[in-house]
Amino acid sequence: MRADSMSGTSLLYNLRFRAILYQVLAVGSIVLLGLYLFSNVSQKLAEQNIATGFDYLSREAGFVISQTMIDYKPTDTYARAILAGIVNTVWVSAWSVVLASILGLVVGIARLSSNPLLSLLAFLYVEALRNVPLLLYLFLWYALIVTGLPAVREAWEVLPHVFVSNSGLTVPSLIWTRAHTVIFAALVLGGVLAVAVHRRMTAERIRTGKARTTWPWVAFALLIPPVLAFLILQPEFTVSLPEKGRFRLTGGSQLTPEFTALLVGLALSASAGIAEIVRSGILSVRKGQWEASRALGLRDGLTMRLVVLPQALRVIIPPLTSSYLSLFKNSSLAIAIGYPDLVMVSNTTMNQTGQAIEGIAIFMLVYLGLSIAISLFMNWYNSRVALKER
Amino acid sequence: MTQSRSLTRWLAMGLIAGVAAVSAAPASAQATLDTVKKRGKILCGVSPVSPGFSYADDKGTRRGFDVDVCRAMSAAIFADPDKVEFVPLNTNVRFQAVQSGEVDVLSRQNTWSFSRDASLGLDFGPVVFYDGQGLMVPTKLNVKSASELADAAICLLPGTTTLQNLEDYFRPKNIKYEAVVFENSDEWRNAFFSGRCDAITSDRSDLASVRAIANNPSEYVVLPETISKEPLAPTVRQNDPNWRDILSWTVYTLIAAEEKGITQANVDEHLKSKDPEIQRMLGVNGDLGQMLGLDNKWGYNVIKSVGNYSELFERNLGPETRLGLSRGPNELWTKGGLLYSPPFR
Repeated sequence: MRADSMSGTSLLYNLRFRAILYQVLAVGSIVLLGLYLFSNVSQKLAEQNIATGFDYLSREAGFVISQTMIDYKPTDTYARAILAGIVNTVWVSAWSVVLASILGLVVGIARLSSNPLLSLLAFLYVEALRNVPLLLYLFLWYALIVTGLPAVREAWEVLPHVFVSNSGLTVPSLIWTRAHTVIFAALVLGGVLAVAVHRRMTAERIRTGKARTTWPWVAFALLIPPVLAFLILQPEFTVSLPEKGRFRLTGGSQLTPEFTALLVGLALSASAGIAEIVRSGILSVRKGQWEASRALGLRDGLTMRLVVLPQALRVIIPPLTSSYLSLFKNSSLAIAIGYPDLVMVSNTTMNQTGQAIEGIAIFMLVYLGLSIAISLFMNWYNSRVALKER
Repeated sequence: MTQSRSLTRWLAMGLIAGVAAVSAAPASAQATLDTVKKRGKILCGVSPVSPGFSYADDKGTRRGFDVDVCRAMSAAIFADPDKVEFVPLNTNVRFQAVQSGEVDVLSRQNTWSFSRDASLGLDFGPVVFYDGQGLMVPTKLNVKSASELADAAICLLPGTTTLQNLEDYFRPKNIKYEAVVFENSDEWRNAFFSGRCDAITSDRSDLASVRAIANNPSEYVVLPETISKEPLAPTVRQNDPNWRDILSWTVYTLIAAEEKGITQANVDEHLKSKDPEIQRMLGVNGDLGQMLGLDNKWGYNVIKSVGNYSELFERNLGPETRLGLSRGPNELWTKGGLLYSPPFR
């Protein structure tokens, strides 16, 4: 090693040193910029006598949220109100994802049908839904429900005690108690047991080669826990029937027009995109797979289910993740048609407290966190269905 | 090699700039009046569309009660009511717009309340309109009072304390209701007109304008209860007392002029008035204007340009207009109302 290689100038020519230097500089500038913005904001807020901090979260919210999935009263705190908003966002997004996936799968397969009428209809469905902004569709569905259906005082009684009006669908409901929750949990447990029993017996069959009837055992495993729970707890079944009050229908459960319009709007729009993703996935499976499967004597339905779709999933999952993410974020359009999601609750909170920066920070963090959770889950699922290279 | 070296240099420069930016002190707040005079116009935040208060007429000129308050300020400063640029603002951004200096004054049907005054870095001028939240229902429901609204669905707009007021009013009475909140005022009105909601709630002045838009206004009735106090007052930043004084005394000039019977039409005759207070108001005597940093004739300019309070009210909100509001509490204190100007001396 020559003497001058240790001097300052040649250190600059050292590739490794440079690589580290660049990274330190890049990270340093970003951190400094962040610090600058933060200190600037805090200083300005203090100068303008604007309250800061998250203390307001523990104060009483004092406003109603018309539909919540968790218990919420106006006497609860802002934190609880925001939580109710988050749950509402997740609730409507989750149902939309389920609905959009089913519709998208069906339409995507229909699009490839050899029946020209069916494939044309699927084509029209996709093009009509994906080429118009979602917000306009939300207004359309909401307007159809609110102006198309009769006012609540002239509600249609489509079945006994089932009412349809522009205030939504109202059905009789069970008055839910703790005993019902326990029985429901027992049913879920039964489901898990049934799956375990079925797997066990299938493995047994493969090992011994003897076929045995499995369904009575599976049904037994499924039903035992809930039946036991029912016999022990002896719950009461009180039904709340909707009745016409002076203004509204009281009692029963209600599917509000705001929720319905948002659910339909989100699910339909996303399903058009998903249909195209499904189509591309199916087309990515080579023709030889179909032919080979038919040669083995599998019918078309079984070929699709057992041979083509599992391979198509590898192409479908990554873009599907993006679809789910945009559906989730699009649910923030709820505010346009009056569904109390996270954005609406945050807006009300910001208007009452005047602390906009904190409010926006909370809802950005929540969207970021939930989006990352969705991505992580989908990536995990993707790695499960990915081609196992041995 | 040369390329990487220049990259290093750029990064180093960026870093130095960053450090410099962090250590640099923020520019000190300049007096709003000086800024406004230098700019040659006032930036005034108003509602995008609110019949009677702020709207664009068929020629695109902004008109309305809130608009006239800003024009009065412009007359006080520039002796010309039209040196104003109107900035339409949504409820969600209105206070931030004042705080950040995007507008000099907010004249936008803002309610003056404790927490806004104490925690938002804002100062409020005098109340220009005493409003209150009311409820409107279709006549055919045959509702006579707000206390009959148990289990009703009530539609409202966010962005104000409307939702909180509703809860404050109904909770002590143990009345349950369904509240449906809309971001968009068209959706809000349609939901009410189509019967999705049994009632809507907003400031009474706002309900009057919704009723004016309805196909058949007589099908709707505003209930007698006023469920909240909504003193509407123009708003400025808290860090400039002089600017706030200019706002306050411009509004007081409008009120005092009505009290003294000075109108846009007869203000020139009043220049010869023997009343010492009128002489001081109009700048014939004394130096009230200079104390605010304005021309001594500022009071004269205000009344000559926009008229007195009564003229503003009748032109924009009164019985002759589409809103058809009566003066109610917005009457002079001498006539049993709440409008009262401190003395000009």
